[in-house]
Amino acid sequence: MTVYWLCFILFLTGLYGVITRRNLIKIAISLSVMEFSCFLFLALIGYTEGGVAPIVDMADPVKTYVDPLPQAMVLTAIVIGLATTAMLMAVIIRIYRKYGTFDIREIKNLRG
Amino acid sequence: MELAISVIVGFMILGAIYAIHARDILSAVIAGGIVGYSLVICFILLKAPDLAIVQIVVETITLIIMVAVVLDSSRVEAYGKFDSRAWVTSGTAVLILAILFWFLKEASATLAPFGENSMRMADAYVNGAVDRTGSVNLVTGVIFDFRGYDTLGEATVLVTAVLGVLTILRIRGKKI
Repeated sequence: MTVYWLCFILFLTGLYGVITRRNLIKIAISLSVMEFSCFLFLALIGYTEGGVAPIVDMADPVKTYVDPLPQAMVLTAIVIGLATTAMLMAVIIRIYRKYGTFDIREIKNLRG
Repeated sequence: MELAISVIVGFMILGAIYAIHARDILSAVIAGGIVGYSLVICFILLKAPDLAIVQIVVETITLIIMVAVVLDSSRVEAYGKFDSRAWVTSGTAVLILAILFWFLKEASATLAPFGENSMRMADAYVNGAVDRTGSVNLVTGVIFDFRGYDTLGEATVLVTAVLGVLTILRIRGKKI
């Protein structure tokens, strides 16, 4: 159970960064920390004590495997995470070129 | 096993806290890399070699993109003075986090203990998967056979993101 709680704390650390920081790069880093904690949580759920990696050995078929389903989901999510991070960094570099700052307090044109 | 993973996750938390509070943006980015690369070790310990391979590639690419963005712009973190508004923000954030942690802790009571996965869903995938999919690697079997439409959607998202990045970076903005 401890490891699940540490995983939650990692998620909350990322959330804290998203809420309190004012620098766009740091917000992006905090978002990826939250992402990583979700991946870790799914991988933790799929772990089976005494299991081996989910690759079938034809010579010795009767074995306990760790759950392949969360691993497949996390594999999809990691690649999508890369895509969203790349897109986020593209938006951030555009904002920097327009406003000359990463500080979200000084990006005033977006205010209603 | 649980102890080893707990130690590594604790290390990840420390890296994340340093990344959030660093004065230099470049060192914040590098400290963010600590979290990603520690996750690779966790995946290896959790018997997920495919995830470890993908994560190490993705983390390297992410780090390169972030370092390129930082080197192309400014490295200094603009720190204002810690005024009353910052106190209110931090206090609210800590309050929200405490409440969320309590809820997560309560919710985790319904989980099976670590290492006792029920495999309720996975039994259908594991039993006879080699005969049905022809793939020795079960993760590959799930991704490309049982859940092929997921992978199609993933590829769509990837293409959309690439198109978005090209669009954002190519068009010259109007001068205002």
